[in-house]
Amino acid sequence: MDLAKQIEPTAEMTGRRRAAGLLAQASMDELNAAFEALTEKPDVKPVRGPETGLVMVRGRIGGGGAPFNLGEATVTRATVLLASGTAGHAHVLGTDKEKVRLAAIFDALWQEAATQDFVEATLLAPIEARIAAEDKQKAEETAATRVDFFTMVRGDD
Amino acid sequence: MNIKTQALSGGFGEPVFESQSVFRMLMDGMARPGSIRSVEPDVGQPDPFGGAAGAIALTLCDHETPVWLSAGLTKTAVPEWIGFHTGAQITREKAEARFAFVEAGATLASFGLFSAGTQEYPDRSTTLIIEVAAFGEGQTLTLTGPGIQQATIVKVKGLPEVFARLWADNRALFPRGVDVVLTAGKSMLCLPRTTKIAIQ
Amino acid sequence: MYVAVKGGEAAINNAHRLLADRRRGDRSLPAVTIEQIVEQLGLAVDRVMAEASLYDRSLAALAVRQSRGDMIEAIFLLRAYRTTLPRFGTSVPVDTNKMKVERRVSATYKDLPGGQLLGPTFDYTHRLLDPSLLTDTPVEEPARRDETGEHVMRVSDILAHEGLIEADGEFPDDHEAGDLTREPMEFPMGRDLRLQALARGDEGFLLALGYSTQRGYGRNHPFVGEVRIGEVEVELEVAELGFSVSLGRIRVTECQMVNQFKGSSKAPPQFTRGYGLVFGQSERKAMSMSLVDRALRAEELGEDITAPAQDEEFVISHSDNVQATGFVEHLKLPHYVDFQAELALVRKMRSDIEKARKGDRSEMPEAAE
Repeated sequence: MDLAKQIEPTAEMTGRRRAAGLLAQASMDELNAAFEALTEKPDVKPVRGPETGLVMVRGRIGGGGAPFNLGEATVTRATVLLASGTAGHAHVLGTDKEKVRLAAIFDALWQEAATQDFVEATLLAPIEARIAAEDKQKAEETAATRVDFFTMVRGDD
Repeated sequence: MNIKTQALSGGFGEPVFESQSVFRMLMDGMARPGSIRSVEPDVGQPDPFGGAAGAIALTLCDHETPVWLSAGLTKTAVPEWIGFHTGAQITREKAEARFAFVEAGATLASFGLFSAGTQEYPDRSTTLIIEVAAFGEGQTLTLTGPGIQQATIVKVKGLPEVFARLWADNRALFPRGVDVVLTAGKSMLCLPRTTKIAIQ
Repeated sequence: MYVAVKGGEAAINNAHRLLADRRRGDRSLPAVTIEQIVEQLGLAVDRVMAEASLYDRSLAALAVRQSRGDMIEAIFLLRAYRTTLPRFGTSVPVDTNKMKVERRVSATYKDLPGGQLLGPTFDYTHRLLDPSLLTDTPVEEPARRDETGEHVMRVSDILAHEGLIEADGEFPDDHEAGDLTREPMEFPMGRDLRLQALARGDEGFLLALGYSTQRGYGRNHPFVGEVRIGEVEVELEVAELGFSVSLGRIRVTECQMVNQFKGSSKAPPQFTRGYGLVFGQSERKAMSMSLVDRALRAEELGEDITAPAQDEEFVISHSDNVQATGFVEHLKLPHYVDFQAELALVRKMRSDIEKARKGDRSEMPEAAE
């Protein structure tokens, strides 16, 4: 099943994918802070989980060939239902159930017109900024270890 | 309730204990063909899926067991319900299916296109879960064979007309072939391929 | 023959209590925390994740603590824990071309797009024990430098552009990747299953086998095309969403080993390769894995199978240290009745020999007479 290839992504899908990916990298502090900042706490019904399971991670033979099974990773997932009927899902690496429950709530809130901007501004933007900063720092630390080769000219003068 | 919401509702309240109890029923049912058992939990399956069929789907299906659904089921919330709760892929290829669910009253032409397993692995066959109208009324089935002391007599209403012929064809393939679970609402009755059935 | 042996419950309970005490050690010392193990013994955590075949830093750290640092015991613990969790599905294959590279070196190309990035490596240390680590000497912040923004291009892609390297690892489109956690192992084995087995294989075993290929047991002239370490996204296709989502990132180590070229009447000479991919920062393991992967392709590449590293059944059957220790350590189980039988047999054989010897001597005077 290769859904990613078969379906032409709509703008909404792309936005939702982006949101889901960012929520998966949220920290507990970021999620809690955003939840606190909600003026109206949503009425949330648990549908499934949070529950922890495994995802078999795959690699590609030779880095570009056919897939092979590399090993499993712990993943926690949750599905919640808002009073409006919107379902929120979250799937995150690791075993932190509370984090995933909150992520699912924000996934639902993101889908609703009334709260989408709030989620973008209060949660997704700070996550994105933090990740960008962390990645930049790591990249700069790595770049400092980049070898500048210089050719030694043997003294034949 | 729209399909999306229907798909998300229901499921096992206590997955570990409830799936174990349903699995046990299937195991005992296959060991004692013709014996009737009823599932306890209400799994909130969407119409026209039956309670036992729904519980069996939740217990046995997962992302490694492709599922085939009869036409009457594919147009309902059932495929999404099974997809969400079990992660199972719905397939149109009968031969790929590990489990096939057939709704009550559906026409069943043959078992032939389903997987009958191989000589080496006869168990890699499709298991059919067929919904019937009721147990305890209708046609009389006399069952003999492994797991049955002398004979077990059951009454089944709503069994597909061609069932006797399909079953005879199935038995001819032994050890290959399919196994069947008949469901009526929350009740189930297992027919492993070793069972001989005489229908009146 | 196994005999059910009863008794020893009290002894076992006390043994566990004793173990817990020895594990904790001197109570006046602070207990080691999981966070400390994750942060400061990260490479131990990485090895446990790789060989247990379960990516979870905290759980691996717990296993390391629980096993008192016995790595194979920790791997056993984490591998067993896997079996308690349901599987939700399989990921989209990770794309190492999009890796957030933390280290990348190549022995084949000096200057290459993205450069040689040494990363946090031990390679150039002098291997002298460092007394500053005896105490909590403050550690300075790392140096920083502006990134060039240049994509760290994979060496395999560079070679592929020139058509110099085989397009390996191809399977027909409808081939489903084998999974040795689901099906019994059968030989001959497909390369996909072999790589899964090698990825969880014991580092020491694979290191020795890799070393053996370099010493001439199935030589194949390897070059490290590239070793890269960094984080990759893990994506999962979620049925209820209808598209794939990112679950987060994991760190992996990838090694492309470029090997002796082969040409035939049909194909022009091309470099062949071995591939290694491991959870975490595990360079030695990834390199060893790639050497053994290449050796095991002997059959596929029409080479004579002469060496242990090329023997698929030998390598794969013995590469899993959980399996290996299971059988080796089971020897500790009571074999009392077996042994009694052996003892009786040995005694009887010896007494038979004695009798025969004595019988000969008593006959000899007769012969001399």
